[in-house]
Amino acid sequence: MIKVKNLKKSFGDHLIWEHVNLEIEDGQTLAIIGKSGSGKSVLLKHINALLNPDEGEVIIDGVNIYDLHYVELRKLRQRFGVLFQGAALFDSISAYENVAFPLRYFTDQSEEEIRKNVLHSLDLVDLGDIGNKSTAELSGGMRKRVGLARAIVMEPAYILYDEPTSGLDPETSDEINDLIIHMSENLDITSIVVTHDIHSVLRVADKAAFIDQQKISWSGTVEEMQTSTHERLKKFIKASEYQIQNY
Amino acid sequence: MEILRNLGEYCLLLYRAIRSSTEVSTYRSNLLAEMVKTGYDSIPIILLTGVFTGAVLTIQTAYQLQSSFIPKTTIGAIVVQSMLIELAAAISSLVLAGRVGARVATELGTMRVSEQVDALESMGFNSVTFLVVPRILSGILMFPILYVLASASGILGGITAGVLFGRLPATVFMHGAREFFYPWDVAFGMIKMIVFGFIITSVASYKGYYAHGGAEGVGKSTTQATVLGCIYILLADLILAAILL
Repeated sequence: MIKVKNLKKSFGDHLIWEHVNLEIEDGQTLAIIGKSGSGKSVLLKHINALLNPDEGEVIIDGVNIYDLHYVELRKLRQRFGVLFQGAALFDSISAYENVAFPLRYFTDQSEEEIRKNVLHSLDLVDLGDIGNKSTAELSGGMRKRVGLARAIVMEPAYILYDEPTSGLDPETSDEINDLIIHMSENLDITSIVVTHDIHSVLRVADKAAFIDQQKISWSGTVEEMQTSTHERLKKFIKASEYQIQNY
Repeated sequence: MEILRNLGEYCLLLYRAIRSSTEVSTYRSNLLAEMVKTGYDSIPIILLTGVFTGAVLTIQTAYQLQSSFIPKTTIGAIVVQSMLIELAAAISSLVLAGRVGARVATELGTMRVSEQVDALESMGFNSVTFLVVPRILSGILMFPILYVLASASGILGGITAGVLFGRLPATVFMHGAREFFYPWDVAFGMIKMIVFGFIITSVASYKGYYAHGGAEGVGKSTTQATVLGCIYILLADLILAAILL
């Protein structure tokens, strides 16, 4: 279980958000939505302490992660998979090696076991054997899939998705959404998805939190979101629906 | 204020690098790759720099010492000592500030802005151990070797130019060189190169590691890494000469 308590973050004099409180049950998928520049990705980076807050706590399985020593924090991070917005693949090594990367450093697996696990992860994201393709040869959708395969290869308990469908065509976006649902349902992974894609939220999330005006101005289930009377949320959803309808 | 903040960040990065330098298994493979890129790949430019520096120095020294009262062996002595004490180290390092410093800053800067550094951290790696330590160590280890090559090629260039342009025979050049050869000069050059290697790679690592602002930010970091690397080399050169000579 992940609990975010009274989090506040500023960059210099610029307040990003404050009084952020969230709770994500095991196996649930939470979508963090909001306009570009509202600090969604910044919030995501606080969940595994890539960034530190000015105030507040992030409690994972009863432990405030900001109290952890760096060595303990690194161990905790191994329980997380992260899919970055641009996939953040290491461009000096092949796509296959990207997926094998954490296994080589954090496990004692033989080359055969590594290959088996890498191919299994690639299968889960519908990529199969991508051989020794360099990351430069991959399309946007394939990069996200390889990034996701790398995120799940260590069998994490939590996955953080930063704009998983941004920059992708609707068909590929839907495929990525299917993968997120698959991860959550079949691997019992707790997920946090940062997105401004309402279509994606409706498909993958159990709960949603709306960042607006430097705070979580609304949170609830996805069903509640659709019937919410919160004016700014309604406006945000309406703008997204307009985009979907006009596609 | 900005200078103090930068200095603090630089010191903190070095502290993290030194503390984590015992985790050899994390950076062993990266260190070997970095040694190749910093050392082996720099050999052609270092040999070229050395040969031309030695050649020009010989011709210019011969021009300055056109007197029947000064023996021609002096030319060899001056050229070799100048190469060993100063030129092989300083000129090579200024060239390497561009070649190695720019590469390190660009690589790390690109990794930073494309979130590859965050990806490493989020997997549970210490990104400083993985990325910064091998780059600094490769500078410290490979620069002295490049110094030897720069010195040797400089002396060879000096002899060749002396013979080729009719300034002095090779035997006379070497006689003068041997007469005024002090092992300490080589040790001094080596010490300088270790310091310069550290300066170039650590400044470039710092600039790259903390790069921000997309492609423009990486370009800015690379330029700063190269310019600051050159300035700090000149400063360190003066300080080392004042202390050690």
